Amino acid sequence: MLVKVAINGEKHEAEVEPRLLLVHLIRENLRLTGTHIGCDTSHCGACTVLLDGRPVKSCTVFAVQAHGREITTVEGLEQDGKLHPIQEGFMAEHGLQCGYCTPGMLMTSVAFLKKNPKPTEDEIRWAISGNLCRCTGYVNIVKAVQHAAAKIQGGA
Amino acid sequence: MAPRTTPEVGGMGHSIKRKEDPRFIRGKGTYVDDVVLPGMLYLDIVRSPFAHAKIKKIDSTKALAIPGVLAVITGKDLEKYNLHWMPTLMSDTQMVLPVEKVMYQAQEVAAVLATTRYGAADGVAAVEVEYEPLPVVVDPKKALEPGAPVLRTDKKDKKDNHIWHWEWGNRADTDRAFTEADVTVKQDIYIPRIHVASIETCGCVAHWDKVQDKLTVWMTTQAPHAIRTVFALVAGHVGLEEHKIRIISPDIGGGFGGKVPVYPGYVIAVAASVLTGKPVKWIEDRMENLQADSFARDYHITAELAAKKDGTLTALRIKTLADHGYTDAAANPSKFPAGLFHVCTGSYDLKAAHVEVDGAYTNKPPGGIAYRCSFRVTEAVHTIERMTDLMAHQLGMDPAEFRIKNFIKPEQFPYKSALGWEYDSGDYAGALRKAMERIGYADLRREQAEKRARGELMGIGISSFTEIVGAGPSKHFDILGLKMFDSCEIRVHPTGKAIARFGTKSQGQGHETTYAQILAEELGIPAKDIKVEEGDTDTAPYGLGTYASRSTPVAGAAAAVASRKILDKARKIAAHLLEAAPEDLVYEPGKFSVKGAPDRSKTIQDIAFAAYTNHPQGMEAGLEAVSYYDPPNLTYPFGSYICVVDIDKGTGEVKVRRFVAIDDCGNIINPMIVEGQVHGGLTMGFAPALFEEISYDEIGNVQGGSFIDYLVPTAVETPKWETGNTVTPSPHHPLGAKGVGESATVGAPAAIANAVVDALWHLGVRHVDIPITPPKIWRLLREKGITE
Repeated sequence: MLVKVAINGEKHEAEVEPRLLLVHLIRENLRLTGTHIGCDTSHCGACTVLLDGRPVKSCTVFAVQAHGREITTVEGLEQDGKLHPIQEGFMAEHGLQCGYCTPGMLMTSVAFLKKNPKPTEDEIRWAISGNLCRCTGYVNIVKAVQHAAAKIQGGA
Repeated sequence: MAPRTTPEVGGMGHSIKRKEDPRFIRGKGTYVDDVVLPGMLYLDIVRSPFAHAKIKKIDSTKALAIPGVLAVITGKDLEKYNLHWMPTLMSDTQMVLPVEKVMYQAQEVAAVLATTRYGAADGVAAVEVEYEPLPVVVDPKKALEPGAPVLRTDKKDKKDNHIWHWEWGNRADTDRAFTEADVTVKQDIYIPRIHVASIETCGCVAHWDKVQDKLTVWMTTQAPHAIRTVFALVAGHVGLEEHKIRIISPDIGGGFGGKVPVYPGYVIAVAASVLTGKPVKWIEDRMENLQADSFARDYHITAELAAKKDGTLTALRIKTLADHGYTDAAANPSKFPAGLFHVCTGSYDLKAAHVEVDGAYTNKPPGGIAYRCSFRVTEAVHTIERMTDLMAHQLGMDPAEFRIKNFIKPEQFPYKSALGWEYDSGDYAGALRKAMERIGYADLRREQAEKRARGELMGIGISSFTEIVGAGPSKHFDILGLKMFDSCEIRVHPTGKAIARFGTKSQGQGHETTYAQILAEELGIPAKDIKVEEGDTDTAPYGLGTYASRSTPVAGAAAAVASRKILDKARKIAAHLLEAAPEDLVYEPGKFSVKGAPDRSKTIQDIAFAAYTNHPQGMEAGLEAVSYYDPPNLTYPFGSYICVVDIDKGTGEVKVRRFVAIDDCGNIINPMIVEGQVHGGLTMGFAPALFEEISYDEIGNVQGGSFIDYLVPTAVETPKWETGNTVTPSPHHPLGAKGVGESATVGAPAAIANAVVDALWHLGVRHVDIPITPPKIWRLLREKGITE
């Protein structure tokens, strides 16, 4: 089947099997390897990308379901050489260690902050509860999201 | 302690931002599954549905009919090259692929090689295997009973399922102490089987290049150099000699001990690449990872503690049954089949101790790796901290006061323990008092009394652990004969920048940053001007790798020693440039100056340039050094944790309300990174305390084999950690550092378990095994008539 998608603003098309998972389209056909795979039951969230602005676990979406839609991956966060505030937040607050869950955490957080620009700590914790991190204990991820929220509020 | 270097130089004590982060936050890391080579094939594995069964037939016909499926590899194929079995790190043997029978559910049975990932998976589904189920042995106690089915029929003379007996300490002295004791307590403690579940699973890309006569393996490994040697030992006879093997450990998505062993998948991928001449990728999925990769813990412990009436502890006696699955594939130093479990006297000044461990074979996956701890030290700490608490409660003493009374005192260091360890330094009461103050211990006890009077269940738990890390001195520590040194090689370039390579391998710990800080501290070269590399056996010096919190204690020490070798030469060059005697120069980080004439000086950058452009006659050019550091002793980080739990009487849910962690890892390289390590460690202590367990039903079906029922905590359950520290430098480490990656995982579970028992003690509860799940507590409360 032919799938046409816009990924990080660029148009792509690929001939795929109907069963191809979106995460494999992104990683293997389009060679954007920032999106990771950490489980097979939709629990870990390492594969989170934005589909028309909404976070989805790309291991649980078929590539063909993304036909005609816009996908944003971690590689699309930096614009014109300028990091997204959420990327700055994760660096500034030591919100990552091994880096494997990070792209998924970033994408979930970006979508969350659009919906809820001034979140409480508990709201942040709920928002990222579909993304597992084994390294950080979440403390600094929460701080990173708060850092980004403040930065976005400040109009950066 | 104020940092010795400026923030621009960024030596020890500066929370500089991580050098790793710019690539990770852009999605530009390179993990194994990101490696793609031209013509690469995909390997997927057929696994056993049975825990113990004879393989009667493997029929590949249908699989081979699928377009893109190239081969189905079985044990019989590997047998031709004598590669169907391999040695484990504990010198036992493990099947790569079975020829006769399978020994656990999810064991590798055959491997499918195909041109695509999906094609390989289709092939796996189409391979038909005929099994004849055999009796299953799940319970290690039953495994050792007479008449139990003997599992290792491959071992000719094996007549039972007993692997080894190991004991340590003085039995007679210990027995005598128990006879003379006023009070003794005894408790069965089970520390369940768990899994590290790093978010990246395991995998590799193996590439045998016939023309170059070279095997390159990109591999999720914490110990690339040792793995290269193991590969050469296993496959040297088929032409894979060590100089032809290059192991590359790229970015690793969490290790925690799970990426130390050699799994069959790696070996099959290498064999497949050698047989086809093409690159082969094998990436396991999460269920394979949880069901077949090395487990941790699984210790059935019976512990006894003896004390005098006044609360002075005197002796500890432990018997343990270790369930190893079908082979002993633990990752321990060779001399210690139970790892460092014999550090089980913990933070207490005990006069006598004796510990016995027996290993048993069962129909479960092999393992015995660490789960973010140094060779069974979590099992040791959990035991002594539970027992100490039990004794304190038994004697009616406050568990904090009781600990302080029995701690090894600061003036007793270096302290020789009853089990023969020499603890380097510590101030245990200092850490505990700081934790008590931070959490408001006295107020909490008052609150608890009030709540108890109202029928509410609140508990306060303490864990005052001592870690043992930095393996290890070559006299006692080796893995398969390889001594457990580690290494650093430094090259200072003519323009004063440097590259440093190490025998370790970061999996998230931030080595690229912290090692650069060590060099900055010693050499005065700014950390930003230092490139750190690890993980490529063709370029990095040989080392034993990163696990058991050994990177800072061993390779970090090597970095300091190699730096000091550089400074020795730099001093001579500076003397030449300044026309002074080397002994007349004084050094501060980054600068030599003439004694009494501070304006006559040369920077490390001046000296580096001169080393290549104007070095003294008779001296070799260049500014390089290497150190293979053999630590004189282990290091002993410690800390005290206090947590407060509230228990829901209706559901049995345990809620950790507060958790204060005071850690002491000696001198600190990067406070931000140390705190991050503690946060992560605490969460991996919290997880097995309340959620994680891999268990088996009576026919060996794995329970907890996916993230559906293996419960890794999310941000919602995870407590809001409160951390702090004290600093007691290690006297023998060149930087006074001790290591910190695992302390919190080791110390946290006992604090939580102690808090739960503390909440329920008045109801007659004396112990609860982890994980302390709501059903477990709910049943207990029902038994006690507390809940309906």
